[in-house]
Amino acid sequence: MSINIVNLTHIYDKNTPNETVAIDNINLEINTGEFIGLIGHTGSGKSTLIQQMNGLLKPTDGEIVVSGYNITDGLEIKSKRKKVTKQEIKERKRRLLEVRKRVGLVFQYPEYQLFEETIEKDIAFGPINLGLDNETVRIRVKSAMETVGLDYETLKDRSPFDLSGGQKRRVAIAGVLAMKPEVLILDEPTAGLDPKGRDEILFQIKQLHEKEKMTVIIVSHSMEDMAKISERLIVMNKGAVVLDGHPKMVFQHIDLLEEIGLAVPQISYLIRALNQKGFNLSNDIITASEAKEALSKILIK
Amino acid sequence: MIKTNNLYFRYSDEKEEDKYALKNINLHINDGEFVVIIGHNGSGKSTLSKLFNGIFYPTSGKIYIDGLDTSDEELIWEIRKRAGMVFQNPDNQLVATIVEEDVAFGPENLGLPSEVIRQRVDEALESVKMGEFKRKPPHHLSGGQKQRVAIAGILAMKPKCIIFDEPTAMLDPSGRKEVIQTIQNLNKVDKMTVVHVTHYMDEAVNADRIIVMDGGQIVLEGTPKEVFSQVETIQRLGLDVPQVTLLSHELKKSGIEVSTENLTVDELVENLCQLI
Amino acid sequence: MLRDITIGQYYSVPSSIHKMDPRFKIMGSILYLVSLFLINQIFAYAAVILFIGLVIKLSKVPLNFILKGLKPVFMLILFAFVINIFFTPGEGDALIKAGFVKIYPEGIERAFFMAIRLVLLIVGTSVLTLTTSPIELTDGIEYLLSPFKKIGMPAHELAMMMTIALRFIPTLLEETDKIMKAQMARGADFESGNLMNRAKALIPLLVPLFISAFRRADELAMAMEARCYKGGEGRTRMKVLKFTRLDLVGCLVMIVYLATCIVL
Repeated sequence: MSINIVNLTHIYDKNTPNETVAIDNINLEINTGEFIGLIGHTGSGKSTLIQQMNGLLKPTDGEIVVSGYNITDGLEIKSKRKKVTKQEIKERKRRLLEVRKRVGLVFQYPEYQLFEETIEKDIAFGPINLGLDNETVRIRVKSAMETVGLDYETLKDRSPFDLSGGQKRRVAIAGVLAMKPEVLILDEPTAGLDPKGRDEILFQIKQLHEKEKMTVIIVSHSMEDMAKISERLIVMNKGAVVLDGHPKMVFQHIDLLEEIGLAVPQISYLIRALNQKGFNLSNDIITASEAKEALSKILIK
Repeated sequence: MIKTNNLYFRYSDEKEEDKYALKNINLHINDGEFVVIIGHNGSGKSTLSKLFNGIFYPTSGKIYIDGLDTSDEELIWEIRKRAGMVFQNPDNQLVATIVEEDVAFGPENLGLPSEVIRQRVDEALESVKMGEFKRKPPHHLSGGQKQRVAIAGILAMKPKCIIFDEPTAMLDPSGRKEVIQTIQNLNKVDKMTVVHVTHYMDEAVNADRIIVMDGGQIVLEGTPKEVFSQVETIQRLGLDVPQVTLLSHELKKSGIEVSTENLTVDELVENLCQLI
Repeated sequence: MLRDITIGQYYSVPSSIHKMDPRFKIMGSILYLVSLFLINQIFAYAAVILFIGLVIKLSKVPLNFILKGLKPVFMLILFAFVINIFFTPGEGDALIKAGFVKIYPEGIERAFFMAIRLVLLIVGTSVLTLTTSPIELTDGIEYLLSPFKKIGMPAHELAMMMTIALRFIPTLLEETDKIMKAQMARGADFESGNLMNRAKALIPLLVPLFISAFRRADELAMAMEARCYKGGEGRTRMKVLKFTRLDLVGCLVMIVYLATCIVL
């Protein structure tokens, strides 16, 4: 078991009039090597959840354990004295780096966080923070760039700001990959990209998942993409998990998903409409190629 | 409403002489038409929309907005008044700290009397259904709401035509839906000429005409049915077609006599029912 | 959360003070500040306290909300108080004499009045910002400065800059929060280390923030031009500031108040 989330709760502005429950007692088990799609309406608690998994937010209650390491522990300095000692700050820093070694988080529009003069330096920022030696850092930068389809030799000394939007985003993703996390979380990695850029990035993430057996969690708004690539879908609403399972199972709940402001792939709508007209198609068809197969069988006699 | 003749455009910081961002664009957009321009990033679609509003001037060739030549500096404010523009990032086009003050910004620039501005602001906010938010600060609104305020800001200037430069690219699905609904109402109810630049193909399905751009040129043009039925060309250009159209295309390829012009679920369902 | 920070702390309730013309309120506040430095009699202080008390009552802003604003400047007031106690020379005999420290009755009196004066000053200005929205405030300043346009004062541009700054502060704060988190996810550390290290740690935050601010400025300028903005020339306003009967009443009260201050 790769990630174990137990009784996780997060309340913003607790004990004030603005108190809002963002995560409401979530329990999840995620296995090593899973490819997960996380979907939900804006404000459903997705971003709070992924920030907790990276140690950026401390849960109000509950814990997250990544391959045996409790990442929610030690995020806050529990000192009885008012003055915090250097030792305690150091210990907290060490624990946070341990979290980030295990869980990599790529934010939405990650290209806006680039800051270095060269692409190589920017990607190296994470690994250097982990305290790795120069040679290891160089090897990691090179392999991260290759993974996202950027040529190391020709690009390493160029400024990241000279690149196109799609390429900048890949540099930013490589910056997290170079930290070699066991779990990679991406918050809408394809937002704002055109269809070609979107397909390229999704393909690279899928490849990474297959080759390196990395556990991947993608936050997405595109049901079509999730139908195509994810193996498990977790649907959130109002801070709770409402559906969890294979996309084929999840997308059968058309009414429930629409009720919470989401949709299903166009093909799922098609199958439902056809079945209402007396076609006898399986409800777990969610992609165009599956639909083609099933319809061909009926129509070609 | 919009007419271009042999339009060429090269960015002023472009060093190579013959590297044009737009090449030989000849377009004619009619009054009341809903035109969608699609293309991948860097195809020139956004640049073209900025020429319509006089933000950029043609390197050669002409653009006429409602008969006015955009390269005539004297006419620029009149052109911007007639052809309003909504941009991609909702945060970077709102000026004021209160919604209604922002909507008033355009008409204030036109030098209208205060009662006229008041009336136009209220009308504009009503027509994008943001009336109840008029005293709110923009940073308390969702992306879709901000974008509707931006649209109201243009409506209050009473343009004849609105150009939307990827207004939904940064929004979540519900924000996108709100904005698309608003844009469609403007065209259908208020008879406004709409030019909508996007790379989401599902936003193009209801257009009167689609213009597909690639490498600074117009490569395809026609009704949504005409354009999307050319599945292979569209995919080669790095774009999507609706899933239903893709499925129809695939079925046709495997020898089933289905129409390739199905764009919606209902159309394909009806088509398949006839076959059985 | 960061996005809830409001600048100038406008307290939105309907009251007659809120409804007054911002130009009058700004001018009134200036006159009030001047009056504070004119007075030195105990009766005059009573008059000022009475006056500001009346204004606060009319504004419907809770008194403890205003007094909360004094907290950050408490040390300053205390400092002024102590300085005045010890360093005011007096005629006659000193009350306390310990080495070179001498405290005269005049010192105590002066320290006391100085502290009250500072409190009144801060309370007065907070009443202005609490009852006037930032947008009214900028409008008011623009109108009041417009006579100086002839001598080259860019009144409109100043007001526009203030409006845009107020509009973008929450946006940029939110962005700061986001970039900081993104860099922390890459192992950046903004909390520990010495001053030098901490300053260095800010580079990954500041560079993206500046780039983004420039990009925003660029896009905003384009959007403003597309909405026919061509500077202050020929521009009208939706909300015309009106000097109403309420302001006239306010004016009379102000005159009576000033006269009292001068007489006392």
